[in-house]
Amino acid sequence: MLKILKSFAKRILQRIFKKRENIKIGFYGPPNAGKTSVANRICKDWTGEELGIVSKIPHETRHVQFKEKVNIDHKGKTLTFKIVDTPGLATKIDYEDFMGYGMKKGQAKKRAKEATQGVIESIQWLEDMDAVIVVLDAAENPYSQVNITIIGNLIARKIPTLVVANKIDLKKANIKKVEAAFPDYDVAGISAKEGTGFDDFYEALFRLSKKV
Amino acid sequence: MKHKKIRGLSLQVIPFAELRDLSISERVKKILGLVLNDRIVIIHGRLRAEEEARLIEDTMALVDHVKSFKGIELAVIEPNMKGENIIVRMRHNLAKTLVGDSSALTVVGPASIIKEIKRDPKKIELFLK
Repeated sequence: MLKILKSFAKRILQRIFKKRENIKIGFYGPPNAGKTSVANRICKDWTGEELGIVSKIPHETRHVQFKEKVNIDHKGKTLTFKIVDTPGLATKIDYEDFMGYGMKKGQAKKRAKEATQGVIESIQWLEDMDAVIVVLDAAENPYSQVNITIIGNLIARKIPTLVVANKIDLKKANIKKVEAAFPDYDVAGISAKEGTGFDDFYEALFRLSKKV
Repeated sequence: MKHKKIRGLSLQVIPFAELRDLSISERVKKILGLVLNDRIVIIHGRLRAEEEARLIEDTMALVDHVKSFKGIELAVIEPNMKGENIIVRMRHNLAKTLVGDSSALTVVGPASIIKEIKRDPKKIELFLK
């Protein structure tokens, strides 16, 4: 509780004394929702370089990774962001699941160990974010407890939030379901893989930055 | 994958009053202690958001240190107040502030026993391994 009050006070002071520049924006969400793919697309668009490696195997990102000074221009306005890509949040990690992707036992155990530490790292970084983009897989059930817990923590910390429904290129994708699950938030539907929906996404990102 | 065949299911119901006076660490410790003993814990109430985050953090630390512990399944179900009038909602919020959120139900169980908890706004479905 004290942590949350401190973070709230810090945010208020920053809002009064600091100009809105280099906004620290965190990408949060469950594993394999496409957080790194979205961050890569943004970084590639505006810096020419990608941020991290993506993979079909869950928990590819096991450490927080970031890109400083990403200048995004939108409709004549420019904002500078620090993009922070975080490991996927999960309540369970089983090395045997990784073996299902063809990994050897030792390799899978190492990945599981790093993934558990990644989850802890993600939660600890939450305090430092100016704003958060919650990236969800639009083809999955949005009512998972991990999603609810992330949103609950963002509300408690009063961190401005944008929900991104990624993978809208998939047949099973259902943005309406994501919107219904999070009616109090802007929901931007995108496909990081195909690069669709990014105009609306940047529009929503600039709206979000006004709340910081 | 080897799984133990389940012959029975051990549920432990915790009234919210039993958690109310505990610190965040003690609450999480109590819940995880039961889950480590293969109990499915049903809490009459819900944890605060930061307590849920702490529960996940401590779970991950345990996965790292306790052999055969793979983590937890967690779900919360709460009454939907959206269709209710303002007086009912105010009464609900007042009760929540005074005695904690005891209208919700939290289910926490070991991931080695519970395969999945499907949650939509009105129900929880528990799938066992």
